[in-house]
Amino acid sequence: MGMVPASHYLALGAVLFVIGVAGFVVRRNVITMFMSVELMLNAVNLTFLAYARTLNQVDAHIFVFFVMTVAAAEAAVGLALILGLDRHSQTLDIDSVNKLQG
Amino acid sequence: MEQIVFYVFAAVAVGSALLVVLQQRAVYSAFSLIVCFGALAVLYFQLGAALVAALQVIVYAGAIMVLFLFVIMLLDPQSERFGPDRFKKTALAALPAAAFLGFVLLRVFPAWSPRGSGDPLGSGEGPKRIAHILFQDYLLPFEVTSILILVAILGAVVLVKHRPD
Repeated sequence: MGMVPASHYLALGAVLFVIGVAGFVVRRNVITMFMSVELMLNAVNLTFLAYARTLNQVDAHIFVFFVMTVAAAEAAVGLALILGLDRHSQTLDIDSVNKLQG
Repeated sequence: MEQIVFYVFAAVAVGSALLVVLQQRAVYSAFSLIVCFGALAVLYFQLGAALVAALQVIVYAGAIMVLFLFVIMLLDPQSERFGPDRFKKTALAALPAAAFLGFVLLRVFPAWSPRGSGDPLGSGEGPKRIAHILFQDYLLPFEVTSILILVAILGAVVLVKHRPD
């Protein structure tokens, strides 16, 4: 019964986080950028749970719950902002929304 | 067995995460993200976090992604054109990202050995223990979270409310 070492889980979390960062920086569609953020949050959750198993503590699970709750709240507000952005400037391209004063 | 499941679903997670970033159409990105969340749920289950895995499917792959798909289909975004400076931007993003990844991998691999004893939740009493911790040690953060959700609901309603000028 071979156990997967925690380092592999941590490495996977790092890879997913970096993919999320790259997506956030490269993509210009607001919705896709937002999905990259969700990807980063999930990578962090994976790291939390890998440490939870290694250190034999359940507290990290609570933190993952809080991350999920904050992500849900963030999705609601963020998507409302995206709707408002589309209504206000008829675009979802982040490069064309470069004025603080519209 | 655990190794096979881990490597298969890790590959699925990384592949679908790459698709999220590389797809031009937002709808395809959303579907890839759902696949990624599903694979991650399997990995959470492997880490002994059955409750978190269930919540991952219900909250993330269910509620949040439905919200995303709803907005995508409401707005019908054009598929993103990658401009001529695409490679410059990509390199600009890839350099710090690769540096970060290299740093993490260097830190992670020599230092860690498999000394975890598997299931931190014991057998079958997972949700019970988590509930004890959540409602005793973390009661105040839990209550603050409910206020956060209330504020988020109000904020979302205020933001999308149509004001005829």
